[in-house]
This record gives sequence, C-alpha cells and structure tokens, in this order.
Amino acid sequence: MSAAIDVDSVTVNYGDVPALDGATLRLNKGRICGLVGMNGSGKSTLFKAIMGLVKPDAGTVTIDGGSPAAARRSGAISYVPQSEDVDWHFPLSVHEVVMMGRYGHMGMTRRPHKKDKLAVAEALDRVELSDFAQRQIGQLSGGQRKRAFVARGIAQGATTLLLDEPFAGVDKRSEATICALLKELAADGAAILLSTHDLHALPELADEAVLIMRRVLMHGDPAVVLQPENLALAFGLDVMKRNEMAL
Amino acid sequence: MSIFEFLLDPFDFVFMQRALAVTVIAAVVCAVLSCWLVLIGWSLMGDAVSHAVLPGVVLAYIAGVPFAVGAVLFGFLAVGLIGAVRDTSRVKEDAAIGIVFTTLFALGLVLISVTPSQSDLTHIIFGNLLGLSHEDLFQVLVLGTITLVILILKHRDFTLFAFDPTHAHAIGLNPRLLGAFLLGLLALTSVVALQAVGVVLVVAMLIIPGATAYLLTDRFGRMLVLAPTISAACAVVGLYASYYLDAASGGMVVLVQGAAFTLVYLFSPRHGLVATRLAAARRRKAASAPEQPARTHTLAG
Repeated sequence: MSAAIDVDSVTVNYGDVPALDGATLRLNKGRICGLVGMNGSGKSTLFKAIMGLVKPDAGTVTIDGGSPAAARRSGAISYVPQSEDVDWHFPLSVHEVVMMGRYGHMGMTRRPHKKDKLAVAEALDRVELSDFAQRQIGQLSGGQRKRAFVARGIAQGATTLLLDEPFAGVDKRSEATICALLKELAADGAAILLSTHDLHALPELADEAVLIMRRVLMHGDPAVVLQPENLALAFGLDVMKRNEMAL
Repeated sequence: MSIFEFLLDPFDFVFMQRALAVTVIAAVVCAVLSCWLVLIGWSLMGDAVSHAVLPGVVLAYIAGVPFAVGAVLFGFLAVGLIGAVRDTSRVKEDAAIGIVFTTLFALGLVLISVTPSQSDLTHIIFGNLLGLSHEDLFQVLVLGTITLVILILKHRDFTLFAFDPTHAHAIGLNPRLLGAFLLGLLALTSVVALQAVGVVLVVAMLIIPGATAYLLTDRFGRMLVLAPTISAACAVVGLYASYYLDAASGGMVVLVQGAAFTLVYLFSPRHGLVATRLAAARRRKAASAPEQPARTHTLAG
C-alpha cells in the first residue's frame, strides 16, 4: 500500500533562505501525526510542499501514490488554516464555508445539487455544528471555528487532512472534542498531519510525532519523540545547560 | 411643478435617457465587482487599474480598436509592473502601486495632449454623461453585460478565491487564474464606468457600493444584491441632482454614493457606529449590573 503522504528528501529555498533541507516523511492512512518544531522550522513550508503550493527545489512529494496535483483534483487533500490566516468578518455562513468543500465535485458555476447539500448536512452533523449552520463564521467560538473547517474537509471527502495549529486559541473542552473527532476520522482511514505547540495533548492524540528543524530530526512514537532531550534538539536548547539549571 | 413633471422632465431629452442608461449600467456592474474588491482588500488595486487603463484607452482610440482591448492590456501591464516592483526591490506594495499607476496615468494624459481631435478623449478623464453618443451607449451595454454575466456565473469561485485561496488551490482550482480573471474584469469595468463618471472617479464606484453593503449584512449573497441596488439608486438620484442643480454629473453621482455610505456607516442596524456604540454601552451596563445588588446587600448588612 502506498503511503497517504510521502515526502522524500524535499528541499525548499526562499531565495537564499533554506526553509526545508532534505525533509523526509511518510504517513500512512489511518494515522495521526503531530508535527513539532519552533517557528521558522519549516512546518508551514512542509504543508505548502504537500499541497503543491511551493515547488521543491529538490526531492519529491507523493500523495496516495500519485502526484499532489492529481490528489488535489480528486479532492483528497484538505487544509485547515491557522486562525490568524482567516478573515473571520467575511460575510459567509458556516454552511456556505462547508459547502466550499464540495466545489471540486461541482460543475462550472458550483451550483449545489442534492448530493452536495446532503454531504454538507452530514459533515455539519458529524462535527456537531448543525445548529450553527446559518451563523456567520466569526460568530463561532475558537473550537467551533476549527470544527467548521474540518467539516469542510469531511464534506469534500478528503482522505488527507492537514491542520495548521488546530489547538491555538481553543479551550481545553473544545480541544478534547476536536481530538475525538480527528481520531474518528483516522479510524475511518484518513491520514492526519497537524502542527502544534501543545505538546501535552500530543501523546494522547497522535499515533506518531515528528520533530522538524528544516529537516525531519526524529519521527516515531510521541512518548519517545517528545522526550525533553529530543525536544532540545528541535528547539535548539542546550541539554546540558538545562540539566545544570535543574540542579 | 408636480412630482411627475419633476421626475419625467429631464428625460424628454435623448441625451438624458442615454446618460441614465449608462450611469445605471456602470453603477450596477461596478457595484457587483466592488463586493469582491473590498473583501479581498483590493481597493487600492481597483484604484490603480482604473487609472492605469487610460493610456490603453487612448492608444486604442488612436489605433481604432475597441477601448476594451487597450484597457485590458494596460490593466494587466499595471498589475504586472506593480508585482515586479514589489517583488524585485525593497519598495513596499503601496508605494509600488502609487508609482506604477500614476506613471501610467501621466502617460495617458500626455498621449491625450498630443493626439489630434482630443475632445473625445478629455471626456474620458472627467466623464461626459451628458454628451454620450449612440456608440458609447452600445459599448457600455455590451461590455457591462459581458462582465456582469461572467461575474454572476462564476460568483462562487470568486468568493472562494476572496475567502480562502489556499483551499481553492487544495481542491485543484487555480487561484492565480481566478485572480487574473477578476483583474481582467476590473479593467473591463473601468472602461464601462469611465464613460459615466470619468477615469478619476471610477474608483469610487468600485469601492463605495461594496463597502456600504458590507456594513449592512453578514451574507455575501445579500451584499451582491444590496450593493448594485444602492449604487443604481445613488446614480439616479445623482443624475437628477446634477440636472436640477446644473452640476457635474459624474461628481454628483459619486457624492450621493459617499452620502449613502456615510448614512450606513452611522446608522447600519448591526455594524453602524451608533449601533455598535449602543451595544458596547449596554454590555458595560450589564457587566456592572450584578454589582449593585451586592452593594445593597452590604449596606443592609
């Protein structure tokens, strides 16, 4: 079986600045993987490379055994953006945003048919936002906003979900709701890659964790990867110094 | 004078009928497009493109080809140059926009000054609603209809592009192409509107109606109805005002639009200044309310 996401020695440079330097990452279907690294470690660039928003200077990205372009056209990839990248005043309802997940399956004018409306209703039901369908998106809580975007991916029928900081600005209860939802989706066969600063929640949620610092430093069981000495590698802390301080 | 005479008198004249038709068409097309421009944050881009089409229009006039051809060419040239200056120098985008469009606009002015029989062309700068020819009306009608039909057919894609271009890309659409399409329509719309209000004031019609509608509703679908309705109404009122006050028609239309925006800015039920201030005051009152019983309790105790 080909991996859901296969990033093979990908290098991306922005001018003279290397954002990714030979990053390699394989993620199979049904798995949740947490991406951990400091700001500027290349997490966002990795997402962009997987979606084909940046062209790698070297290396290849394969989605479900095919090209990212083919995966995009088939609606396999869904991206849940960081909160600060969304215009929450945009005059759209939750229903309208989730319907945008269906656009790839629609005709030229994107007029929704019965099956599209059904898919949106089911997706909203799944993330428990049916009662909020007609709300303007900015009138949702932090956790509900994330669920609305996950619902867009569900309505789309995406099998690869990319979530950029899904727990930022989300309270603990909503975080638990989102985690339960993501686990359900993984159990249904989706591959889920999420970046997060919330290291405490990760062992409970993720099957695997990845430490990234322009390249993949470590990939494995979250309990192992998130050991302090490993985190020190990714966050550039001097382990010895920290131990001294602890003493 | 009865109200009917007041309303119908101006349109005894053919030139006033044409003026009305062109203003309303321009007002509607611009207003629909403006809904996306204000949400994307492309107001300055609208300003730039609507000015930068001027040399294109003049060259098209000299070459005897439709204005739209020159306008679209120079619209894209302007956007390309702005992007180039921004990406290949340390100059920021707002400065890049300012440099490119004023230079192109100046080129247009110079071209007009050296072109023989320039009277037709000077009208383009300030508009000449009352001197529109039959051909002008025809051109506005054709371009306006084409633009409006494309905007309506593809409105969901444009909204997706405005809201979340990354998602558009992720589902296999091409956001760059959608953006380019919108800019091309912006150039076409500029041609429609410069006949009505002139190249200097086109940008008003491209920003004010969308911004006004945005303050009135939280639904994009309603914005798409409100903006052209308000804009067309302002155009008609402005035209009457210009007729009876004997004032510049283009300027009058834009003044009325500005007045409408001011009213909405102040009194819009949910997003108006008065409503938001009242709501804030109510919240403060509600927040301080629970303290009062507590205080009486202490006093009583």
